[in-house]
Amino acid sequence: MANEKTLVSARAAPNHSVGPVAWLRGNLFNGPISSVFTLLAIWALIAGLTPVFEWAFINADWLGETREACDSGGACWVFINARFEQFIYGFYPDELHWRVNLTFALLAGLLAWLAIPRLPAKRWAAVLTLIVFPVVAFVLLHGGIFGLQLVPTYKWGGLMLTLVLAVVGIVGALPIGIMLALGRRSKMPIIKSVCVIFIEFWRGVPLITVLFMASVMLPLFVPTEVNLDKLVRALIGITLFQSAYIAEVVRGGLQAIPRGQSEAAAALGLGYWKRTGLIVLPQALKMMIPGIVNTFIALFKDTSLVLIIGLFDLLAIVQASLADPDWLGYAIEGYVFAALVFWIFCFSMSRYSQHLERKLHTGH
Amino acid sequence: MSTQQAKLDDGAPMIEMRGVNKWYGDFHVLRDIDFTVKKGERIVICGPSGSGKSTLIRCINHLEEHQQGEIVVGGTPLTQDIKRIEQIRRRVGMVFQHFNLFPHLTVLENCSLALVWVQKRPRREAEATAMKYLERVRIADQAKKYPGQLSGGQQQRVAIARSLCMHPEVMLFDEPTSALDPEMIKEVLDVMIELAEEGMTMLCVTHEMGFAKTVADRVIFMDQGQIIEENAPEPFFNNPQSERTQLFLSQILGH
Ligand SMILES: Nc1ncnc2c1ncn2[C@@H]1O[C@H](COP(=O)(O)OP(=O)(O)OP(=O)(O)O)[C@@H](O)[C@H]1O
Ligand SMILES: [Mg+2]
Repeated sequence: MANEKTLVSARAAPNHSVGPVAWLRGNLFNGPISSVFTLLAIWALIAGLTPVFEWAFINADWLGETREACDSGGACWVFINARFEQFIYGFYPDELHWRVNLTFALLAGLLAWLAIPRLPAKRWAAVLTLIVFPVVAFVLLHGGIFGLQLVPTYKWGGLMLTLVLAVVGIVGALPIGIMLALGRRSKMPIIKSVCVIFIEFWRGVPLITVLFMASVMLPLFVPTEVNLDKLVRALIGITLFQSAYIAEVVRGGLQAIPRGQSEAAAALGLGYWKRTGLIVLPQALKMMIPGIVNTFIALFKDTSLVLIIGLFDLLAIVQASLADPDWLGYAIEGYVFAALVFWIFCFSMSRYSQHLERKLHTGH
Repeated sequence: MSTQQAKLDDGAPMIEMRGVNKWYGDFHVLRDIDFTVKKGERIVICGPSGSGKSTLIRCINHLEEHQQGEIVVGGTPLTQDIKRIEQIRRRVGMVFQHFNLFPHLTVLENCSLALVWVQKRPRREAEATAMKYLERVRIADQAKKYPGQLSGGQQQRVAIARSLCMHPEVMLFDEPTSALDPEMIKEVLDVMIELAEEGMTMLCVTHEMGFAKTVADRVIFMDQGQIIEENAPEPFFNNPQSERTQLFLSQILGH
């Protein structure tokens, strides 16, 4: 050990050491022009961010109940505080918030089970998440049976509604998307063309149009006695829209599996569905997860469009409370809060997806 | 267990091809293929690259579809009917050039999968059967590993065991050693020779002429989608009739 140390220190110092000073010199100050630009950029950053920082933190008001508490001239976070429950739960009755909390705690637990590699029995976790959880979640959120008080969907809102839209969208779209992708690869011309037309139709239409159609046109197709809930209509529209995107992600995953896999399974006597379910999809799914997470991020942000058909997701409810005469003039605080919540969710998912991609690249 | 499989006598035809033709678009890959493999026979198919050897044996279990002619496997004519195709596939084992093991399953699961899902055996029984065949190909100690952790020769032996688990009446081999490093070829050929000695009906596409001389009852030479020559190994190698066979043999034996 001691020998090695003397050997190392006896060497000439390398030119490219990697200390912070060397890094600065190498990347930011390597020449007069570079140095000038670096200084300019630093000045611009400070000049631009200082007022924002002062507004958001130094001159901001955090505590209080009413707008009278906001007198420092900075951001009025009191507004967010006062309306926080509504932003999260919409008009869901206060005393029943535990049902929402429990639902999303269950979801978080299941997702953690699925995402943490060390935990066993992933198959059961997937079954619970995709089949059992939706039923439990519906019973908990909607109520009306097992002695749970009924909470009609028009009372749902805020972050809770945003999550419901996004999660139902993805969970519903996954099986449909897988079917569409398999259909698109089918050798049967009718099945193939139906799937291609379906996918290309939904991918060519903006979500906002889909939502309009879902709220205006869908009722025309169902008998008048069936009064389709507005939320259900939006969910159907979002799910079908999303399934077209999932289908393309799945198709990419399926294409990455060599043909020999399916042939070897066929040669053993496994039929189409067993080949697909046991051999092709499990391998493809692994590769599809980053793509699915990315589609999910896009959907999560797009759910805010439901405000145009009168559903109060997080953004819509923030916007609605801006019109409250008690809190006029605090639009920036509201939008910053909504943006921050969206950003936290999307950023964590995006990091997770990048982490998965890196893991896939290095081979499991 | 197997009710539909009438046990065939030695010498009864296991595979019959009559006037089989196949095209890829305009390209005529198989031309008037006529031949019969009797039960217990070991047949080697050789021929230049692109001559249609793979296509020929892949038609037998309908991985490729032929357009003309008749293929009968163990008395069952091959038709479009998917049930019948699957029935035939259960009786025919196949080993591929690139092994095609399932990378997401362990060696043991690779072998027991079809027993569980096709033959509906209980998992324990299926695994016991799988272990039996893994022992036969001398790889039982690797049963818990994934295919990616094995050498090419080991993978190919697992692939052979995976096929054998289904108790096939005939085994098809498509160049089973040509993706292997030279030092691994022998371990795979040894397994195949043992199989031949136990009386398995075999149809092998291979350029291992030593193997052909040791175990084959007949050697078939194909070129441009046709069977050019068909003979017992001794006359085939020592006294080839057609010019193309002579040329081919001089090329592969010359090196
Ligand atoms: N799916 C396909 N579509 C079109 N042509 C094909 C297809 N598969 C094979 N072919 C062509 O058919 C011919 C026969 O192919 P095949 O794989 O049967 O040859 P082979 O004798 O097994 O050759 P090799 O020794 O290289 O494996 C080749 O010319 C090949 O290019
Ligand atoms: Mg070939």
